[in-house]
Formats: sequence, C-alpha cells, structure tokens
Amino acid sequence: MEKKQTVPLYKKILNPIICVLLGLAFSAIFIIISGFDPLTVFAKMISYSFLNSMGLYGSINGALPLMFCGLSVALAFRMKLNNIGAEGQFAIGAVLGGWFALYGPSLPAPFGLIVMFLLCALGGGLWAAIAAALKAYWKINETIVTLMFNYIALLFLDYLCYGPWMAPKQTTAITPLIPDSMYLPGLGGTSSALILAVVIALLLQFYLQRTTGGYQISVIRDSSQSATYAGISVKRFIFIVFILSGALAGLAGFVKVTGILHRVQAQLPGGAGYTGIVVAYLSQFNPLVVILVAILFGGLQNSCAAVQIMGVPSQIATMIQGTIMIFVIAGEFLNHYKISFYREDGMEVPEQ
Amino acid sequence: MEKPALIEMKGITKRFERVQANDHINLRIYPGEIHALLGENGSGKSTLMNILLGIYKPNSGEILYKGEKISAMTPKIAADMGIGMVHQHFTLIPTLSVAENIFLSMNNTGFFLNKKMIEDQIKDYSCKFALPVDPGAKVWQLSVGEQQRVEIIKLLCRNSEILVLDEPTAVLTPQEAAELFKTLRKMSDQGKSIIFISHKMNEVMEHADRITVLKNGKIEDEMMAADATIARLTKAVVGERDLEGITRKPQKNGDQPLLEINRLRVMNDKGLIALHDISLQLHAGEIFAIAGVAGSGQRELAEALAGLRKVISGNLVMDGANISKTSVKARISMGISFIPEDRLKMGLIPEMNMNQNAVLKEFKKPVYSTAGILRNKSIQALANRYVEEYDIKHGGFHLPVGLMSGGNQQKLLIAREIADNPKLIIASYPVRGLDIGATEAIHRILLEQRDQGACVLLISEELDEIFAMSDRMAVLCDGRLMGIRHTAETDYDEIGRLMSGTSV
Ligand SMILES: Nc1ncnc2c1ncn2[C@@H]1O[C@H](COP(=O)(O)OP(=O)(O)OP(=O)(O)O)[C@@H](O)[C@H]1O
Ligand SMILES: [Mg+2]
Repeated sequence: MEKKQTVPLYKKILNPIICVLLGLAFSAIFIIISGFDPLTVFAKMISYSFLNSMGLYGSINGALPLMFCGLSVALAFRMKLNNIGAEGQFAIGAVLGGWFALYGPSLPAPFGLIVMFLLCALGGGLWAAIAAALKAYWKINETIVTLMFNYIALLFLDYLCYGPWMAPKQTTAITPLIPDSMYLPGLGGTSSALILAVVIALLLQFYLQRTTGGYQISVIRDSSQSATYAGISVKRFIFIVFILSGALAGLAGFVKVTGILHRVQAQLPGGAGYTGIVVAYLSQFNPLVVILVAILFGGLQNSCAAVQIMGVPSQIATMIQGTIMIFVIAGEFLNHYKISFYREDGMEVPEQ
Repeated sequence: MEKPALIEMKGITKRFERVQANDHINLRIYPGEIHALLGENGSGKSTLMNILLGIYKPNSGEILYKGEKISAMTPKIAADMGIGMVHQHFTLIPTLSVAENIFLSMNNTGFFLNKKMIEDQIKDYSCKFALPVDPGAKVWQLSVGEQQRVEIIKLLCRNSEILVLDEPTAVLTPQEAAELFKTLRKMSDQGKSIIFISHKMNEVMEHADRITVLKNGKIEDEMMAADATIARLTKAVVGERDLEGITRKPQKNGDQPLLEINRLRVMNDKGLIALHDISLQLHAGEIFAIAGVAGSGQRELAEALAGLRKVISGNLVMDGANISKTSVKARISMGISFIPEDRLKMGLIPEMNMNQNAVLKEFKKPVYSTAGILRNKSIQALANRYVEEYDIKHGGFHLPVGLMSGGNQQKLLIAREIADNPKLIIASYPVRGLDIGATEAIHRILLEQRDQGACVLLISEELDEIFAMSDRMAVLCDGRLMGIRHTAETDYDEIGRLMSGTSV
C-alpha cells in the first residue's frame, strides 16, 4: 500500500503556517538568551519588511531572484527532476547577459533588453542542458551533477569579476555599471521585473495545466513506464524541462543585473538558487504560490536587517531565518510521513 | 456451522462520494473456514476487506471480534487480533531479500536483525504449509507466484489467524492456483480462517466452504459451497441479464499476412535471452493465441512487438515494412495497440484521473488538443463515451484511477486500446480481474475486432479462454516456440504437453 497519498487542502495550507509559528517560538528562545524581547523583535521584523512601502519594496526586490529560482526548481520537480543547480544557472545566465550588456553592441532601448533577456535564459538553459544530457543518455543522477556545476559556474563568475571584468579603481569584485538603456524600468520602489515574474508564473501555470506539454510532464512524473508505453519520449522531456528550468534560473540573473544591481558581481546569486528550492517545496511546486512564498522569504531576509538595527546580533538574525526554514521543511516532511501511518478516511488508500 | 463466529461484521456501510461501495453488509467468519467473496467488478469486495483490516473507516456498522465490539478498527488493532491481508498488488520491496522483507513487516523483533531466527521461522512455515521459498533470494528475482507465497508467509510470521486474499489466483497459473488452495486448506485445517476474493466460479465452488456474493454493495446471496451451482452463482453475480456465451463467426479474412515475426530474439530484464529466434506469421482477421506457462517469454514478445523492448536479432515486418527499429509512437500510429499485463505499472497511471488516462494515446489528435492546448471538453466526452460503452463504475471522473476497482481499471484500459480501431491488438491477459459479465463483454469485443479485420494476439494462461477465442495458437516454453496449431485441429492434451516442453 505504498501509494502517493493525497494531502487534504486544509492541511496543505495550515501546515506551513503552524511550522512558521513553531519556528518563531523556537527562535524566541535564542532571542531571549541574547537579551531581547522576542515579541518586539518579531513585531519589528514584520513592520519593517511588510508594513511600510520602503521595507516592502526591499522585500520584493529581495524576492525577485527567489521567484525565478523558485519557478525553476518547481518546474523541474513537476517531472521529479531535482534541479539543485539553479544557483549555477543563475550565475551563467548573468554572465552571458552581463557580457552582452557590458561589452556587446549597444542597441536601441527595448531591443538591448530583449536580447539580454534571451541571452540570460539561454545561458541558464544551456548550463542545465549539460545535466539533462548526462541524465538522458547516461542515467547520471541529476542532483549531484547540478550541484557540482554550481561550483564551476560560481567560480567562473568570480574569476570574471575579480579579473577581466572588474571595474577599474575598485577593490570589490564588481563590474562597471551597465548602460542606462539596459535598466529595467522601475515600478514604484521596486522593479518591473515583478510584472515579468507574475506573467511568467501565469504562463508556466498555464503550460503545466492546460497544454499537451504539461500533460506529458505529469505523465512522466507519475509513471515513466506508462509514458514510454504511450510513445512519449522521456529523454526529450528531460531536455525540455531542464532547459526551461535552467532558463528560468538564468532569468533570475537577468532580473538581478538589469533590475536591481545594474552590474555583475562576484557571488551574485548569493544563495538564491538554494533558497529557491525551499520556496518551491513550500509552494507545493505551484507557480503562483511560488511568487507569494518568495515574497515572504524576501521579507524574512529583509527583516534581518531590521533586527540588526535593533542591536540583535546579525548571527541571531540569520539564525531566525534559518530556524523558520528548517521548521517549515521538517513540517512538510512530517506531514506526509504521518499520513501514511494513520489512514483516517477511505479517500487516501487506493486499493485493488 | 453453529460455532460462534470469530469475526462478525454488522451493517457495514461505506460511501465514497458518488458510490455506495458497501451498503449494510453483514458478514460472519467462522474459525477454520474458507470463505469466498464473489461479485461484479466494483461491487465492494475489496472495500469490505479494507474495512475489516481497518484501512478504511466505515460510515456506519460495527465489527465484532469473538463477540466483542471493536469500537474503531485500525490496521494496528487488526494486526494484533491476527487479521492479515495479501493485497492484489504486492507490497514487497524488490531489492531486499525474502527474509529481510519479512523481518520488516514484523513488529516485535527488537532492534537487531536476527537473521538466523527469521530464516528458521520462514523455513518452518514453508514446510508446514507447503510454501516453498528461498529466504535468501531477492524479491525481484521471484515469480509472481513465489512473491505471493512470501506475502502469505509474512502473515504467518505475524501469527495471523484470519487471512484475507484479494484475488489471489488472478495472477497465478492454474497449477500455482491449485498449490495455493492446497496450502489454504492446510491452514484452515489448523484452525485458521481464510477469506478469498475471486471471479472464478469453479475455484470458488471447489475450494470454499461458504460463499458470499456481493452486488452493488449489498449481499446478494450467501450459501454453503455444497449448495452452490454455477447457475445460482452466475445469477447472483450478473443478475437476470443472461449470459449468451460467445459465438465465433467463421473467419472472413484470416489469410492476409499482417505481421511477420522472423527469427526474433530479445532479452529479458535480467539480460538473459527471453525469446530464442521465434518466427510467426500473424494474419489480419484472426485471433492468434500464445499459450504457455507464465514467464515463458510472453511479456517479452508483447513488449518487443509494441516497441518497448529491443530486438536483438531477427526482424518484425508489418504490412511489408520492417518495423524492428520503429519507435513506439510510430507503431501506435500504424495501428498497434497493447493491453499490458500489469496495468498499474504500465498502461494506466494510477495517480491520474479517468480523463487523463483516457486520452493518454490520443492527446495529440486535433480533437483533443489544438496548438498544444488541451481541449478538456472533448476529453471529457471521450471519457464519458468509454464509461458508457464499457459500463465502467467509478467514484467520479476527477478521482485517481488507482482508486477504481481492479476490474473497472481493466475496462478503462481496454476501452482506450480498442477505441481507435487498431490493426493489431496485443492483449496480455485481457480479462484478468474481470467478473464473468465483463469477461464475456470483452471477449465479444475482441471477436468483433477480429471480424472487422483486426489481428488479436491473445496472451493467456487459461486454456479455456484460448480454445474458446483463438483461430490459431502458438505454444511457448522457456522462450522457445514449441509449435503452432489451428485451434480446430488440436486439443487440450496436445497443448498441455507442448506447454510443459515435451515435443510431440
Ligand atoms: N478510495 C476510494 N475512493 C473512491 N471510490 C472508491 C475507493 N475505493 C473504491 N471505490 C469505489 O467503490 C466501488 C467498489 O470498489 P471495490 O474496489 O470495493 O470493488 P471490488 O468489488 O473489489 O471490484 P473488483 O472486482 O473490480 O476488484 C467502486 O465503484 C470503486 O470505484
Ligand atoms: Mg477488488
């Protein structure tokens, strides 16, 4: 009776909320130990990140790369592909796009951005295609491959930013600013990249739900044997999904460079590729939910600054963030684990 | 039997959204009896047993154990009371050994794996009840029949006193089934109670002590096996509706060659030769049966024809074209359809709903998608059509097909595979798990397809089915072709001898 269980909707929603609360309660212990009042700290975190326009914009800006990385991981997982490589695909996307912005021919306003958009997607997509090829042709586990490729990608990015691309008279590893024509238009205090993210999430949702491509992805996820039986090429979809997933992560590079930093820098992804994995899991791999969860995580990261302002050591601030994440992930796991032991209602057990 | 009942189920009612799976069912199980459950596909047999095991909670009704009311049955309580079940889809872990699998299922074993003790216990049961298994063998190496024996030993090791078997003989060869019933009888002689589900009336009458027939979730008839007749059982299962029996029209056009199989060699999953240079000619408008005990290369043959298994040497020629290397997709569009033997592993996607399964092979057709966008309305219409034409009982179109009853899953699969008027239908055990009414309906449909000019490659272990349905047959033994016969010119004896590898 080992069958995929259906988790009721209310549990799906309730579960993360309870876990966030538990995470907060747990981190409260450490806040108390370091001599602060947890409630004020939490209140400050929330008001700083979400309850004023400046903080909210900051949270969204922080969330933008997470959205794309989250979508990237979510898409791959829709076919049970573990793409741990969003971080590296993000970096390579930024490298290819950044190269064009910094050294490419200058094109009139929208065209430059469009070309850069495509190049970032292409960079991330091609980087992911390597893992796809290894998996499709030699059945090499994609989890390890994509993880290893992150190191290569990030080191390459660092090399460029410390070396040939480093801005003159700089001590940090950053490139010069890209031309103004390559800035994404702003949107209030944040960037129009938010619209881009929402549109892409909607498109992705549509693709997964309503198209033959999305249907085939689901078939492969649930039973690759039946997919083969029906004449669906599993290999082909390993490529399609990995390339699309990589392209989405590459777009995180596009957004970060054109919308936020306006330059390339060492360690540009800053862990967003990994946080994106958590975001995707918590969203149950649903693209639209990814956007919301990413904003929550952007806010969480942002709020760390707030508590630091209060004098809470930055380590504690980071710890709060980490604690909440761990609780949420653990809660997700326990949720599924528990249900397979106590079958309360008949709905859950398929049986001959 | 005036002994007090060991288990009594009283007024059991279970509803799944749209279907009333169990409707006020009363069932008594006595110590030491073999009790058979019979009934149409979807009549609620598996559901009732899942309730007994505490896997499903009934909406109302109660379960009494030795006269004592169990307020809320759970799998744990059921196991403690010694109720165990062998599900139709086994729950063994293929990469582990028999002993390890059995160890995992025991709950009072302590922390360390006492291999010796478990192996001894296995050997003990295995000789006491004539259940030959090798404790050290890995489960993936075992045949279905052996796996089933492991499942039974697993229950014995947990001291089960009441054993429930859900369609145990559906996947067994007739010989294996006979062995199984000997074992079950030994157990009942020792006081254990057995409940088994089956669609095969002969075996029910021969091996059960008492028979209960379900219909639409209610008890339709109960009897001592001695009082049972085929007519009474048939009436209880299918109702007043008469079974006409199948009639075969003479072959109209059984001589144009459709598929030539030339010196075909393929490997099995273990990398050994599964078919040794087999040559066959299949004709349009005939039912060609493959007889043979399970594991003689039938699966490999079917998969090679469907394009799912590599042709090592030899070739396949369909309509004059060599298709040995043609993709699955191309073969589907050439009109090859395939009803695989293990429907939930290949063929159906248990997690997906009826509509998604119905359209699996046709989603690219313009009716079902335009410009890559699925047309849900026409897909729904397709599913509706299958449900109507094949009388598929289900709990709702949106539910995963894994939740449908076994027989109804099979009907859905067959409906889809035959819908597109294929030229070649590879049918592996097409009526496995179907009730007699549905079996007859499917047989009639296969004959209809033949009369319309399709070729049906019928893979089966039931000689009755093969003789009733086929025009010609080939016998496989150990991957070798033992002979090809016209059905009219051979008999059970000869085929039986060929199946066991004795050349005639
Ligand atoms: N978990 C479930 N959720 C929804 N419907 C269900 C579930 N389990 C069973 N059903 C429905 O209940 C009815 C009875 O199913 P059940 O599996 O008990 O039939 P069965 O008698 O075992 O049939 P078969 O001979 O085909 O195996 C069917 O219509 C089935 O679709
Ligand atoms: Mg059943």
